[in-house]
Amino acid sequence: MYIKSLIAVFLASILTENYVLNKFLGICPFLGVSKKLNTALGMSLSVTFVMILATATTWPIYTYILKPNDLAYLQTIVFILVIAALVQLVETILKKYIPPLYNSLGIYLPLITTNCAVLGVTMLVIEKGAIDLSFGYVQSLTNAFGAGIGFLVAMVLFAGVRQRIEKCDIPKFMQGLPITLVAASLVAVSFLGFQGLVEGLLG
Amino acid sequence: MEKTSFKLEFTKGIIKENPVLRLVLGTCPTLAITTAASNAIGMGIAATLVLICSNAAISLLRKVIPDKVRIPAYITIIAGFVSVVQMLVKAFTPEIDKTLGIYLPLIVVNCIILGRAEMYANKHTVLPSIVDGLGMGVGFTAALLSMGIIRELLGSGTILGIPILTNLIDPVIIFILPPGGFFVFGMLIAIANKLSDKPAKKAELGCSSCPLGKNCTSISKKEEA
Repeated sequence: MYIKSLIAVFLASILTENYVLNKFLGICPFLGVSKKLNTALGMSLSVTFVMILATATTWPIYTYILKPNDLAYLQTIVFILVIAALVQLVETILKKYIPPLYNSLGIYLPLITTNCAVLGVTMLVIEKGAIDLSFGYVQSLTNAFGAGIGFLVAMVLFAGVRQRIEKCDIPKFMQGLPITLVAASLVAVSFLGFQGLVEGLLG
Repeated sequence: MEKTSFKLEFTKGIIKENPVLRLVLGTCPTLAITTAASNAIGMGIAATLVLICSNAAISLLRKVIPDKVRIPAYITIIAGFVSVVQMLVKAFTPEIDKTLGIYLPLIVVNCIILGRAEMYANKHTVLPSIVDGLGMGVGFTAALLSMGIIRELLGSGTILGIPILTNLIDPVIIFILPPGGFFVFGMLIAIANKLSDKPAKKAELGCSSCPLGKNCTSISKKEEA
């Protein structure tokens, strides 16, 4: 039963609550670094990694430090600083100890500090936990992992779509961003089809 | 002389350098909360307040903040003002707080605010920075409002809750769902491109004005190499 609820959280955060296509978080990297498949992959793997790490750090800070001391209003400022420090730390560690990984993923890290998907996931799991008391630390981490994978799925799918658009003859004023957004809209339509799927699958 | 330049600083944010439609910054809230015109106004005012305050503070501190740590310093200042606005909204208009939800604290990572700090406030004195923040805020609100009106009118047949099209056509619900957001935004940028007299500038993401744009460009350069 416990495992089942975790799977439900995981699948829901990939399909029905997709951070990019459903919640509009992390649109900048979604549109900016999705031109090529391998860049899209590198970026989303770094985002997933930071999302899990950030949730793993901010959840205990909020639950055990901020909330018992009536400091919940400091959430925004504390979370963004923790994420910024964390990203910097990861970058330094990777650069020093795992240079190959730094060369492939490290370049994306500075972009992630101001990625709203990362701050978004840390805040949304706290919000979910306030509504549903059974939504604890493990569920939050699962949600963060699912959100990252959902970001990866959306990025990879969209990179494929964009590679096809490049070969098309597009009216001049639609070139560039407008046609990309229309394509994103169609990808989002396909994700609407997942509505209710998770409940049907596991409910 | 002084007055005209202030006027210029103010109006450039609304039309020529509209943060949303021309510079393509702050796309996340633009897409997420424009399902109704009233949300757009709430978000616009909240972001404008933060923008004016952070521009003023950063402009005042521009000689104190060391260049190397400026981005973290800016984020801290912005986060402080966002918390203030968040508390104000919660206290005075709880219903707006509910509809904006998570997107209200996410003003912290809205690249318009960090972008203006980096591009304008750290190079100019306090008064022009405030005017710049006000202009950009009004431009942001106007773009959000136009998107909110289009999506609300087509998606639920109302504007600000007043029924307009409800008896004429059936609401096209997809416009208030996520795909409609992407579509309307794409169309608005296409129209802005068509109308602007300089067609040569290909609309790409606002990387040139994004404070972290350099990193993105270095990634794509690395890919090509």
